[in-house]
Amino acid sequence: MTDMMTLEWTAVCGLDRLDHERGIAALVDGVQVALFRTGDELYAVDNLDPVGGAYVMSRGIVGSRGGVPTVASPLHKQVYDLRTGHCLDLPGVALPVHQVRCRDGLVEVRLRREE
Amino acid sequence: MTGKRLVVVGNGMVGQRFVEALRARDHDRRWQVTVLAEEDRPAYDRVRLSAFFDGVSAEELNLHTPDDGVELRLGETVTGIDRARQVVTTAAGEHPYDMLVLATGSYPFVPPVDGAGLPGVFVYRTLDDLAAIRDHAAGRRVGAVIGGGLLGLEAANALRLLGLDTHVIEFAPRLMPVQVDEAGGAMLRRYVEELGVRTHLGVATTALRPGPDGTVAALALSDGATVDTDLVVVAAGIRPRDELARSAGLSLGPRGGVLTDAACRTSDERIWAVGECAAVEGSCHGLVAPGYAMAEVVADRLLGGAATFPGADTATKLKLLGVDVASFGDAHGTTPGCLDVTFTDPATRSYAKLVLSDDAKTLLGGVLVGDATAYPTLRASVGGPLPAPPLALLAPAGGAGAGAAALPGAAQVCSCNAVTRDDIDAAISGGACDVPALKTCTRAGTSCGSCVPMLKQLLDAAGVKQSTALCEHFDASRQELFDIVRVRGVRTFSQLVAEHGRGRGCDICKPVVASILASLGTGHVLDGEQASLQDTNDHFLANLQRDGSYSVVPRIPGGEITPDKLIVIGEVARDFRLYTKITGGQRIDLFGARVEQLPQIWRRLVDAGFESGHAYGKALRTVKSCVGETWCRYGVQDSVGLAVALELRYRGLRAPHKLKSAVSGCARECAEARSKDFGIIATETGWNLYLGGNGGFRPRHADLFATDLSTADLVTLIDRFLMFYIRTADRLQRTAAWIEAMEGGLDHLRAVIVDDSLGLCAELDEAMARHVASYSDEWRDVLDDPERLRRFTSFVNAPDVPDPSISFASERGQPVPVRGGPPPGGDHRRQPVTLGMPEVRR
Repeated sequence: MTDMMTLEWTAVCGLDRLDHERGIAALVDGVQVALFRTGDELYAVDNLDPVGGAYVMSRGIVGSRGGVPTVASPLHKQVYDLRTGHCLDLPGVALPVHQVRCRDGLVEVRLRREE
Repeated sequence: MTGKRLVVVGNGMVGQRFVEALRARDHDRRWQVTVLAEEDRPAYDRVRLSAFFDGVSAEELNLHTPDDGVELRLGETVTGIDRARQVVTTAAGEHPYDMLVLATGSYPFVPPVDGAGLPGVFVYRTLDDLAAIRDHAAGRRVGAVIGGGLLGLEAANALRLLGLDTHVIEFAPRLMPVQVDEAGGAMLRRYVEELGVRTHLGVATTALRPGPDGTVAALALSDGATVDTDLVVVAAGIRPRDELARSAGLSLGPRGGVLTDAACRTSDERIWAVGECAAVEGSCHGLVAPGYAMAEVVADRLLGGAATFPGADTATKLKLLGVDVASFGDAHGTTPGCLDVTFTDPATRSYAKLVLSDDAKTLLGGVLVGDATAYPTLRASVGGPLPAPPLALLAPAGGAGAGAAALPGAAQVCSCNAVTRDDIDAAISGGACDVPALKTCTRAGTSCGSCVPMLKQLLDAAGVKQSTALCEHFDASRQELFDIVRVRGVRTFSQLVAEHGRGRGCDICKPVVASILASLGTGHVLDGEQASLQDTNDHFLANLQRDGSYSVVPRIPGGEITPDKLIVIGEVARDFRLYTKITGGQRIDLFGARVEQLPQIWRRLVDAGFESGHAYGKALRTVKSCVGETWCRYGVQDSVGLAVALELRYRGLRAPHKLKSAVSGCARECAEARSKDFGIIATETGWNLYLGGNGGFRPRHADLFATDLSTADLVTLIDRFLMFYIRTADRLQRTAAWIEAMEGGLDHLRAVIVDDSLGLCAELDEAMARHVASYSDEWRDVLDDPERLRRFTSFVNAPDVPDPSISFASERGQPVPVRGGPPPGGDHRRQPVTLGMPEVRR
């Protein structure tokens, strides 16, 4: 069992800074977060590629697999479910997922951290 | 080791095949095998020997795989057989045997004429022979081949490739007298002479005469003529190597060879003979397929079987001097009462003859010259009913497709390996779903490869379809998508996926569509929606490295660079603390740049006159060059000048895979052009063009495509080659695989881009002209545009904070990434941010 500690919402940038169908990196309370805008949805996951060990997830290609919104690691192309962070190619591997929303044209992130 | 002792004399193709066949079935290790080989290299593919002159290395021709149950003793020539003691003798000692297999092959027959032993006179049998011919040909002008048969024409082609004016002398009144009839020989002669090879038919060589330096200088012919020549290759037939058997007192065949029964057993029940040295029931066979059949027979016998030699299939198909020639069955119509159907087409310059039984229902044999596409079907139909009316079979491209599905089960599809249609169908039922799988489980198509098109047809006939869908979002292949985009004028991914696909795309289809759009010249790769399709390398116009930093490669066309520009690269690398390395493509790679540094780095490079090297793209990388005639004592053309011109012409061209090229200024080939997608080698009078080479995981030498081209003709051919490739290749299919997968291979490519068989050339030329005219440097365009620039940021909300995870150690005086696995989960994220590398601001 791990306790989840939920922090405050942090405003990151204007929605117009997020390109459609692409990601961008943000630094929230010292944590590197990858933000994605696909269709009408926003997603936020850790920027750290858990397989490759580099902070690159925001630079992956966004898409879908069987209707699931996805991002592919730009290092070795493992594909992750943007909603849950689960890796669709490697069982047991996952990206931590953060909360993200848009308020008054501003993108806000709330970190979720394991304690 | 408890097995009985088996000694094999000879490690040629048949000897090797015998050992493999035995070992594959000798599960209980009943035999302990010793192979004694005369040559100092293990078995190699002598059928493809001439490929050596196309640059195929000895290693690539190797047929031998190490086997711990076989002791291979190279360079150990057998000198005698003591049948009473059951021992073979070599210079190194004695090898006792329980059974002995002779696979000594044959030797080239050299007619006993004056001067046959002169320096400069060669035979055409081993890799050493070919190396000696190549060495002697260097700097010489004329070569002659004695013998206009199959091997003689191969040798003639080799001399031609070595740049010699070539003569062929044949005693019979036509070329390839054993395989083709008079009319076929006449057609063949036309082809051969058009290639500049001079033929002297119906004459014998009476003497070889030396020149002042003692090497061969001329041939005297029986009609009184003299041919001046600097080199002679004797290809006047082969004779079985039966001298060991002879001195051991074994029975010989009426025309030589070790006499055996149908089981390949000699007059000594402990001794067997296979391949060209054997006279099975009195007859010798000089092709590899009958030799393989003998190898299988003896392997079976030694393991208790009762196989017998089924008789030889003398069918032959070859490409000689670029001409397809095939002969099969009763090619000369010697069956009593047989009928001929002949077909001569001067337009396509093809000749065909079918020999039919007296009731015109059974195919007995035939000859094809010029177009041999019907060969696999026809050969497999020999002895059976015709699979279609004769003219339909012989019509261009008519036979092969229609016929394969109609073949009877017992018909041999692969005669080299004796694989029948039933064998193929069984493998397909067993799950083999493509040609490589069929090759693995049946060995069909693994020797001469001529049956590969039939394997494809049999897969089709069995209803096996390979999906060409790009990914789950598109049912179309890359080629089909290219045509859709081109013909319908689609300009965005969202339109394409909405109209011709489904879903949101993925990391497979998005970069493919981005590449297609870029190939068709639809603006900057980072414009609008196109930016979102790009792989990270194309997205940041740099190469992602393992630590999340990028590398930067400015273009250095042809590898030529001024000292001033070299200094700028050095200064940029020093100021940004970049790891610096010279690449294999004659340029300089700068590593360790963070995303937000890329525009700063490129500002300085662009100001100094550099432009993008496209190292990040599936695009033309470099055109490497040697220094060429400007400086080199051996160079015959300006290789650097051509390399620079080609690199500037094709820079920025997006393709299904990366493209590499090189130009060598002489035949010494210092630029390694033959390992490139398109390689150019200078000749005295122009350029030779080689296509389809690559290094990498499966290295492959490029094939000679055209010779002695002018610069303008060369550029036209490369233009068309590249545009045809871009238009029709699969995703991530390099040019080599593209050509290999092409129906008809290099010949088809030649038909399309030289002879314009598809009427495409004007379009391809125009497409390349558009590319050349619309090129602009991607990095300069980015630096000029604030919209594109804003992407190059570390964090959207903290653009002044560099990625703290990128940090460097020092190795050999340069920065390298700090190594280690992924940071342990959890805690690392809350550690204080350390700004590892000072920002360089200018």
